[in-house]
Amino acid sequence: MRPLTWQRLFLQCGILAAILFVVVVIALKLGAVPVSLYGLGRDLLRVIFHQSGAISSDYGLIVIDIRLPRILLGIIVGASLAVAGTSFQALLRNPLADPYVLGVSSGAALGAIIALVTAPYLPIPASFAVLLTPLGAFLGAGITVSAVYLLGRREGQIDSNALLLAGVITASFLSAIIMFLMTTLNGGQRGISFWLMGDLSTPLQRSLYWFLGVGFFAAAGAIYTTASDLNLLLAGEKEAMHLGVDVPRVRLVVYIAASLLTGLAVAVSGAVGYVGLLVPHIMRMIFGSDHRTLIPTAAIGGAIAVVLADTLARTVVAPSELPVGALTAMAGAPLFIYLLRKRLS
Amino acid sequence: MSTRNPPSADSSRANDIRLSVEQVSYAHSPNPSQAPLFTLEATSFQARPGEIVAILGPNASGKSTLLKLIAGTIQPLSGRVLLNGIPPTSLTPRARAQAIAMVQQESPLLFPSRAWEFVLQGRFAHSRALRFETESDVTIARNALAQVGATDLADRWMDKISGGEKQRVILARALTQQPQILLLDEPTLHLDIAAQVDLLVTLRKLAAQNRYTVVVVTHELNLAAEYADQIVLMQRGRCLRVGPPSAVYQRELLEQVFQTPLTVELSSSGRPRVHLVSNQ
Repeated sequence: MRPLTWQRLFLQCGILAAILFVVVVIALKLGAVPVSLYGLGRDLLRVIFHQSGAISSDYGLIVIDIRLPRILLGIIVGASLAVAGTSFQALLRNPLADPYVLGVSSGAALGAIIALVTAPYLPIPASFAVLLTPLGAFLGAGITVSAVYLLGRREGQIDSNALLLAGVITASFLSAIIMFLMTTLNGGQRGISFWLMGDLSTPLQRSLYWFLGVGFFAAAGAIYTTASDLNLLLAGEKEAMHLGVDVPRVRLVVYIAASLLTGLAVAVSGAVGYVGLLVPHIMRMIFGSDHRTLIPTAAIGGAIAVVLADTLARTVVAPSELPVGALTAMAGAPLFIYLLRKRLS
Repeated sequence: MSTRNPPSADSSRANDIRLSVEQVSYAHSPNPSQAPLFTLEATSFQARPGEIVAILGPNASGKSTLLKLIAGTIQPLSGRVLLNGIPPTSLTPRARAQAIAMVQQESPLLFPSRAWEFVLQGRFAHSRALRFETESDVTIARNALAQVGATDLADRWMDKISGGEKQRVILARALTQQPQILLLDEPTLHLDIAAQVDLLVTLRKLAAQNRYTVVVVTHELNLAAEYADQIVLMQRGRCLRVGPPSAVYQRELLEQVFQTPLTVELSSSGRPRVHLVSNQ
């Protein structure tokens, strides 16, 4: 017997954080404009010590003002989607659950689009209007996950096949509505492919980064407090209840928090797919299925995956760019097929 | 509501009564506009620490409903269940799990875990959110595995062990809850004869050593007669008789309940034994 300890958890997260750091450095270095490691380190230190004014070189500006914010965005989006995927898998007792596959990302995208379209007509101050998109995305995600949950139930129990089908159909239905809205209305500066495939290239307002960061830690923290409950829920709601889990409370907390994470990610990056499927499975293979380990490692792993995918997306066909969701789908869809076949056999 | 009543004042006489089921009934209506279907009519029995109660009856006789009422997962329509004088439905899930452990027909795990991880889950109700298992949790889990004779299974994967071995590990998890009452829902289902006997011998030993009150739903007439102190005999939602095996095991009664000809004789241990009589 080797029960989990804080020390082991910190070690595992530390190793992953070190890998994330290396990936971030690589991502900062790679791109259309070459950057030296020395220049990178010097400029990063200047940013940390609030001496951005001293960064004179052009490539410094490219790195600090263009690549770094995009990487930060990738970190938050990846971590949010991976934690949301982990939560949906445990709560719905389905290893194939993921915000994108279940249509929750499409629901969030639709909510964000509706918020964007209606914002100019609402009597609210401009500073608050920025937050309307993530709020709309959160509501869209929450409504969609409730609908898919209800559609995926049979005789009071979640039927995993019905659930997946409900998710796939919901996703395609919502995508059609998104297409319709984007074609007929002025949906802002972002195109259809942003919402349906995901893209990290749109710059954000600085205040939104704070909002995203705080939102992520609040929602992921709420989910983490239920980590032990989620471990027991893997065996089913009835069994978890007999072991002392307050199932309705955990379900409510995790659904709301996971919808919030999906909404935040989709509001700023569109529907990046399969991160919530791919990352938790890899982390489970390495660290086991204990959610006390899985949630933080999936968060860091998700950050690594999206930053890597985005770096590839903007370099493989440079000077043009791929949407980051195209790359995650190329890696995620085959894994989905593999897991589906394994489960059916 | 009657279920919220405080323990009765005259309970000093019945001080060692741990579980008291008093005129409990339950109805279930599939459609609000229809009259409810009675799944359980008024049923009463009491059990002391160290006692094994077997609930017997054909399919759809209300056995599992009775077990759920005792577990506190459903509210009785009338009457009350008292565990040490307190209705289990009034407890939080956590407090309930500290007092009552349920062993169900095994459900498949979503992701495989090792037996020791599975057993440690029984400590959930005794720990705060986000607490990591302590040395004492590990000791309790080790002892539980030893008590059911499954020490050597600790490092095995749950999906790689046999049905009988799995049943032992599930029982060990229930023991790590350190409950006062052990509820078992058809624990011998899918087990071979040797594993069935083994499980009941273990239960007998545990009830004696740890002073558990054990309530077990089963189809195994002879195992129940051999190992239970009390039998609750049920048919179509009605409790027909409660008492020691020798009082309940009467040929006409069992023939009527199970709808099959049989004979009842006394075994060398002084307990009744049922033989099915072939129709040919």
